[in-house]
Amino acid sequence: MAYSIKVLDHYENPRNVGSFGKEEEGVATGMVGAPACGDVMKLQIKVGRDGIIEDAKFKTYGCGSAIASSSLVTEWVKGKSIDQALGIKNTQIAEELALPPVKIHCSILAEDAIKAAVADYKKKHAA
Amino acid sequence: MNFNDDHYALFELRRSFQLDVSLLDRRYREIQAQVHPDKFAQAGDADRRLSLQWATRVNEAYQTLKKPLSRAQYLLRLAGQEVGAENNTAMPEDFLMEQMEWREAVAEARLGREQGELEHLHLRLKQQMTDRYEQLAVLLDDRHDYPAAADLVRRLMFLEKLLFEIDEAMAALEA
Repeated sequence: MAYSIKVLDHYENPRNVGSFGKEEEGVATGMVGAPACGDVMKLQIKVGRDGIIEDAKFKTYGCGSAIASSSLVTEWVKGKSIDQALGIKNTQIAEELALPPVKIHCSILAEDAIKAAVADYKKKHAA
Repeated sequence: MNFNDDHYALFELRRSFQLDVSLLDRRYREIQAQVHPDKFAQAGDADRRLSLQWATRVNEAYQTLKKPLSRAQYLLRLAGQEVGAENNTAMPEDFLMEQMEWREAVAEARLGREQGELEHLHLRLKQQMTDRYEQLAVLLDDRHDYPAAADLVRRLMFLEKLLFEIDEAMAALEA
Protein backbone atom coordinates (compact mmCIF):
# COMPACT_ATOMS: atom_id res chain seq x y z
CA MET A 1 0.00 0.00 0.00
CA ALA A 2 1.37 3.40 -0.95
CA TYR A 3 1.39 6.18 1.60
CA SER A 4 0.30 9.63 0.49
CA ILE A 5 2.95 12.36 0.21
CA LYS A 6 1.56 14.12 3.28
CA VAL A 7 1.74 10.95 5.36
CA LEU A 8 5.32 10.36 4.27
CA ASP A 9 6.23 13.95 5.08
CA HIS A 10 4.88 13.73 8.62
CA TYR A 11 6.32 10.24 9.02
CA GLU A 12 9.81 11.21 7.91
CA ASN A 13 9.80 14.61 9.60
CA PRO A 14 7.41 14.20 12.50
CA ARG A 15 6.58 17.48 14.24
CA ASN A 16 6.58 17.88 17.99
CA VAL A 17 7.91 14.46 19.03
CA GLY A 18 8.67 14.10 22.71
CA SER A 19 7.07 14.86 26.02
CA PHE A 20 6.70 17.60 28.59
CA GLY A 21 7.69 17.20 32.20
CA LYS A 22 4.70 15.99 34.16
CA GLU A 23 5.10 18.76 36.69
CA GLU A 24 5.07 21.53 34.11
CA GLU A 25 2.18 23.87 34.56
CA GLY A 26 -0.78 23.45 32.24
CA VAL A 27 0.40 20.10 30.90
CA ALA A 28 -2.23 17.42 30.30
CA THR A 29 -1.81 13.97 28.80
CA GLY A 30 -3.99 11.74 26.65
CA MET A 31 -3.11 8.08 26.24
CA VAL A 32 -4.96 5.91 23.76
CA GLY A 33 -4.40 2.64 21.96
CA ALA A 34 -5.87 0.80 19.00
CA PRO A 35 -6.24 -2.93 19.61
CA ALA A 36 -6.67 -3.68 15.89
CA CYS A 37 -3.10 -2.70 15.09
CA GLY A 38 -1.53 -2.54 18.56
CA ASP A 39 -0.68 1.14 18.11
CA VAL A 40 -0.12 3.22 21.24
CA MET A 41 -0.31 7.01 21.25
CA LYS A 42 0.56 9.55 23.92
CA LEU A 43 -0.39 13.14 23.23
CA GLN A 44 0.35 16.04 25.54
CA ILE A 45 -0.90 19.59 25.45
CA LYS A 46 0.48 22.60 27.28
CA VAL A 47 -2.28 25.04 28.03
CA GLY A 48 -1.69 28.68 28.94
CA ARG A 49 -3.54 30.57 31.65
CA ASP A 50 -5.83 31.98 28.97
CA GLY A 51 -7.00 28.46 28.08
CA ILE A 52 -5.15 28.46 24.75
CA ILE A 53 -3.00 25.49 23.79
CA GLU A 54 0.54 26.88 23.53
CA ASP A 55 2.35 23.71 22.62
CA ALA A 56 1.76 20.02 22.00
CA LYS A 57 3.95 16.92 21.89
CA PHE A 58 3.39 13.30 21.02
CA LYS A 59 4.95 9.90 21.15
CA THR A 60 3.42 7.20 19.00
CA TYR A 61 4.38 3.59 18.49
CA GLY A 62 2.65 2.45 15.37
CA CYS A 63 2.51 2.57 11.61
CA GLY A 64 3.29 5.55 9.39
CA SER A 65 -0.34 6.66 9.29
CA ALA A 66 -0.63 6.67 13.08
CA ILE A 67 2.55 8.71 13.44
CA ALA A 68 1.44 11.13 10.71
CA SER A 69 -2.03 11.51 12.29
CA SER A 70 -0.58 12.39 15.69
CA SER A 71 2.05 14.69 14.20
CA LEU A 72 -0.64 16.54 12.27
CA VAL A 73 -2.95 17.06 15.25
CA THR A 74 -0.13 18.44 17.40
CA GLU A 75 0.26 21.11 14.72
CA TRP A 76 -3.45 21.73 14.47
CA VAL A 77 -4.15 22.16 18.18
CA LYS A 78 -1.55 24.85 18.74
CA GLY A 79 -3.21 28.24 19.14
CA LYS A 80 -6.62 26.67 19.67
CA SER A 81 -8.65 26.83 22.86
CA ILE A 82 -9.25 23.47 24.47
CA ASP A 83 -12.86 23.50 23.33
CA GLN A 84 -11.84 24.28 19.77
CA ALA A 85 -9.40 21.37 19.97
CA LEU A 86 -12.33 19.10 20.78
CA GLY A 87 -13.81 20.12 17.45
CA ILE A 88 -11.10 18.28 15.50
CA LYS A 89 -12.69 15.33 13.75
CA ASN A 90 -11.03 12.20 12.55
CA THR A 91 -12.56 12.74 9.12
CA GLN A 92 -10.61 16.00 8.79
CA ILE A 93 -7.38 14.21 9.68
CA ALA A 94 -8.10 11.36 7.27
CA GLU A 95 -8.93 13.82 4.52
CA GLU A 96 -5.85 16.00 5.06
CA LEU A 97 -3.56 12.95 4.99
CA ALA A 98 -5.55 11.12 2.30
CA LEU A 99 -5.71 8.00 4.47
CA PRO A 100 -7.07 4.87 2.80
CA PRO A 101 -10.11 3.19 4.44
CA VAL A 102 -7.99 0.56 6.22
CA LYS A 103 -6.08 3.34 8.00
CA ILE A 104 -9.07 5.35 9.18
CA HIS A 105 -8.62 3.90 12.67
CA CYS A 106 -5.30 5.80 12.90
CA SER A 107 -7.18 9.09 12.53
CA ILE A 108 -9.77 7.93 15.10
CA LEU A 109 -6.89 7.24 17.46
CA ALA A 110 -5.53 10.78 17.02
CA GLU A 111 -8.95 12.36 17.58
CA ASP A 112 -9.44 10.27 20.72
CA ALA A 113 -5.96 11.23 21.95
CA ILE A 114 -6.87 14.93 21.79
CA LYS A 115 -10.15 14.27 23.57
CA ALA A 116 -8.34 12.30 26.28
CA ALA A 117 -5.76 15.07 26.75
CA VAL A 118 -8.48 17.73 27.05
CA ALA A 119 -10.42 15.54 29.48
CA ASP A 120 -7.24 15.17 31.56
CA TYR A 121 -6.78 18.95 31.52
CA LYS A 122 -10.37 19.56 32.61
CA LYS A 123 -10.06 16.98 35.36
CA LYS A 124 -6.92 18.65 36.70
CA HIS A 125 -8.48 22.10 36.52
CA ALA A 126 -11.97 21.27 37.67
CA ALA A 127 -11.72 23.23 40.91
CA MET B 1 -20.76 -31.14 5.67
CA ASN B 2 -22.77 -27.98 5.34
CA PHE B 3 -21.29 -24.86 3.78
CA ASN B 4 -22.93 -22.61 6.36
CA ASP B 5 -21.81 -24.56 9.40
CA ASP B 6 -19.76 -22.60 11.90
CA HIS B 7 -16.03 -23.37 12.00
CA TYR B 8 -16.35 -25.78 14.91
CA ALA B 9 -19.18 -27.77 13.35
CA LEU B 10 -17.20 -27.95 10.13
CA PHE B 11 -14.40 -29.81 11.90
CA GLU B 12 -16.80 -31.65 14.23
CA LEU B 13 -15.22 -30.06 17.28
CA ARG B 14 -16.81 -28.96 20.52
CA ARG B 15 -17.27 -25.20 20.67
CA SER B 16 -14.70 -24.11 23.25
CA PHE B 17 -11.55 -22.04 23.56
CA GLN B 18 -9.46 -24.91 24.81
CA LEU B 19 -8.86 -27.04 21.78
CA ASP B 20 -6.97 -30.16 20.85
CA VAL B 21 -4.88 -28.61 18.10
CA SER B 22 -3.57 -31.95 16.84
CA LEU B 23 -7.17 -33.09 16.37
CA LEU B 24 -7.95 -29.87 14.50
CA ASP B 25 -4.88 -30.46 12.30
CA ARG B 26 -6.04 -34.00 11.51
CA ARG B 27 -9.63 -33.04 10.68
CA TYR B 28 -8.35 -30.20 8.53
CA ARG B 29 -6.11 -32.52 6.51
CA GLU B 30 -8.93 -35.04 6.10
CA ILE B 31 -11.39 -32.48 4.75
CA GLN B 32 -8.75 -30.72 2.67
CA ALA B 33 -7.93 -34.06 1.03
CA GLN B 34 -11.58 -34.51 0.06
CA VAL B 35 -12.13 -31.05 -1.37
CA HIS B 36 -8.70 -30.19 -2.79
CA PRO B 37 -9.03 -28.66 -6.29
CA ASP B 38 -6.34 -31.04 -7.64
CA LYS B 39 -8.81 -33.89 -7.16
CA PHE B 40 -11.27 -32.13 -9.43
CA ALA B 41 -8.86 -31.35 -12.25
CA GLN B 42 -10.81 -33.64 -14.59
CA ALA B 43 -14.24 -32.65 -13.29
CA GLY B 44 -16.67 -30.21 -14.84
CA ASP B 45 -16.55 -26.46 -14.29
CA ALA B 46 -19.23 -26.43 -11.61
CA ASP B 47 -17.55 -29.14 -9.54
CA ARG B 48 -14.18 -27.47 -9.88
CA ARG B 49 -15.58 -24.17 -8.73
CA LEU B 50 -17.35 -25.80 -5.82
CA SER B 51 -14.19 -27.59 -4.72
CA LEU B 52 -12.29 -24.30 -4.79
CA GLN B 53 -14.96 -22.61 -2.69
CA TRP B 54 -14.82 -25.45 -0.19
CA ALA B 55 -11.03 -25.44 -0.03
CA THR B 56 -11.09 -21.69 0.69
CA ARG B 57 -13.84 -22.06 3.27
CA VAL B 58 -12.02 -24.88 5.10
CA ASN B 59 -8.73 -23.04 5.00
CA GLU B 60 -10.26 -19.90 6.49
CA ALA B 61 -11.92 -21.90 9.25
CA TYR B 62 -8.65 -23.68 10.02
CA GLN B 63 -6.61 -20.47 10.17
CA THR B 64 -9.19 -18.88 12.48
CA LEU B 65 -9.32 -21.76 14.95
CA LYS B 66 -5.62 -22.57 14.92
CA LYS B 67 -4.35 -19.39 16.58
CA PRO B 68 -5.67 -18.73 20.10
CA LEU B 69 -6.29 -15.01 19.58
CA SER B 70 -8.36 -15.37 16.42
CA ARG B 71 -10.12 -18.38 17.97
CA ALA B 72 -11.13 -16.24 20.96
CA GLN B 73 -12.31 -13.44 18.68
CA TYR B 74 -14.35 -15.93 16.69
CA LEU B 75 -15.95 -17.37 19.83
CA LEU B 76 -16.88 -13.88 20.98
CA ARG B 77 -18.44 -13.20 17.59
CA LEU B 78 -20.48 -16.39 17.88
CA ALA B 79 -21.57 -15.24 21.34
CA GLY B 80 -22.62 -11.86 19.93
CA GLN B 81 -20.00 -9.98 21.95
CA GLU B 82 -18.34 -7.00 20.25
CA VAL B 83 -14.59 -6.79 20.70
CA GLY B 84 -14.47 -3.23 19.34
CA ALA B 85 -10.94 -3.68 18.06
CA GLU B 86 -11.36 -0.88 15.51
CA ASN B 87 -12.89 1.83 17.64
CA ASN B 88 -12.32 1.02 21.29
CA THR B 89 -9.31 3.24 21.99
CA ALA B 90 -9.92 3.86 25.68
CA MET B 91 -7.76 1.17 27.18
CA PRO B 92 -6.96 1.65 30.90
CA GLU B 93 -4.19 4.19 31.31
CA ASP B 94 -1.87 1.94 33.33
CA PHE B 95 -2.09 -0.69 30.60
CA LEU B 96 -1.25 1.84 27.89
CA MET B 97 1.59 3.25 29.98
CA GLU B 98 2.99 -0.25 30.33
CA GLN B 99 2.68 -0.77 26.57
CA MET B 100 4.54 2.47 25.97
CA GLU B 101 7.35 1.31 28.28
CA TRP B 102 7.58 -2.07 26.56
CA ARG B 103 7.85 -0.42 23.18
CA GLU B 104 10.48 2.01 24.42
CA ALA B 105 12.51 -0.91 25.78
CA VAL B 106 12.24 -2.75 22.45
CA ALA B 107 13.21 0.35 20.45
CA GLU B 108 16.21 0.91 22.71
CA ALA B 109 17.40 -2.71 22.50
CA ARG B 110 16.93 -2.62 18.76
CA LEU B 111 19.00 0.55 18.38
CA GLY B 112 21.69 -0.75 20.71
CA ARG B 113 21.70 -4.10 18.86
CA GLU B 114 21.26 -5.91 22.18
CA GLN B 115 20.24 -9.41 21.14
CA GLY B 116 20.34 -10.68 24.73
CA GLU B 117 18.01 -7.93 25.92
CA LEU B 118 15.56 -8.67 23.11
CA GLU B 119 15.58 -12.36 24.03
CA HIS B 120 14.92 -11.41 27.63
CA LEU B 121 11.99 -9.19 26.60
CA HIS B 122 10.66 -11.96 24.39
CA LEU B 123 10.68 -14.49 27.24
CA ARG B 124 9.12 -12.08 29.73
CA LEU B 125 6.36 -11.20 27.32
CA LYS B 126 5.75 -14.84 26.39
CA GLN B 127 5.22 -15.66 30.06
CA GLN B 128 2.71 -12.82 30.45
CA MET B 129 0.86 -13.97 27.37
CA THR B 130 0.71 -17.60 28.51
CA ASP B 131 -0.83 -16.45 31.80
CA ARG B 132 -3.39 -14.30 30.02
CA TYR B 133 -4.40 -17.03 27.59
CA GLU B 134 -5.00 -19.27 30.60
CA GLN B 135 -7.24 -16.58 32.11
CA LEU B 136 -9.00 -16.28 28.79
CA ALA B 137 -9.76 -20.01 28.76
CA VAL B 138 -11.42 -19.68 32.18
CA LEU B 139 -13.45 -16.63 31.12
CA LEU B 140 -14.63 -18.18 27.87
CA ASP B 141 -15.10 -21.86 28.73
CA ASP B 142 -15.99 -21.85 32.43
CA ARG B 143 -17.46 -18.49 33.34
CA HIS B 144 -18.85 -17.47 29.94
CA ASP B 145 -18.00 -13.91 30.94
CA TYR B 146 -17.85 -12.46 27.43
CA PRO B 147 -17.39 -8.76 28.25
CA ALA B 148 -14.38 -9.60 30.44
CA ALA B 149 -13.07 -11.95 27.75
CA ALA B 150 -13.41 -9.17 25.14
CA ASP B 151 -11.39 -6.86 27.39
CA LEU B 152 -8.66 -9.47 27.71
CA VAL B 153 -8.71 -10.09 23.95
CA ARG B 154 -8.12 -6.38 23.33
CA ARG B 155 -5.11 -6.49 25.65
CA LEU B 156 -3.78 -9.60 23.98
CA MET B 157 -4.02 -7.90 20.59
CA PHE B 158 -1.47 -5.36 21.83
CA LEU B 159 0.75 -8.08 23.26
CA GLU B 160 0.68 -10.15 20.06
CA LYS B 161 1.72 -7.09 18.09
CA LEU B 162 4.49 -6.39 20.59
CA LEU B 163 5.74 -9.97 20.35
CA PHE B 164 5.77 -9.68 16.58
CA GLU B 165 7.88 -6.54 16.85
CA ILE B 166 10.36 -8.11 19.25
CA ASP B 167 10.77 -11.14 16.99
CA GLU B 168 11.16 -8.90 13.98
CA ALA B 169 13.87 -6.92 15.77
CA MET B 170 15.70 -10.15 16.67
CA ALA B 171 15.48 -11.39 13.09
CA ALA B 172 16.83 -8.06 11.83
CA LEU B 173 19.87 -8.36 14.12
CA GLU B 174 20.55 -11.91 13.03
CA ALA B 175 20.37 -11.06 9.36
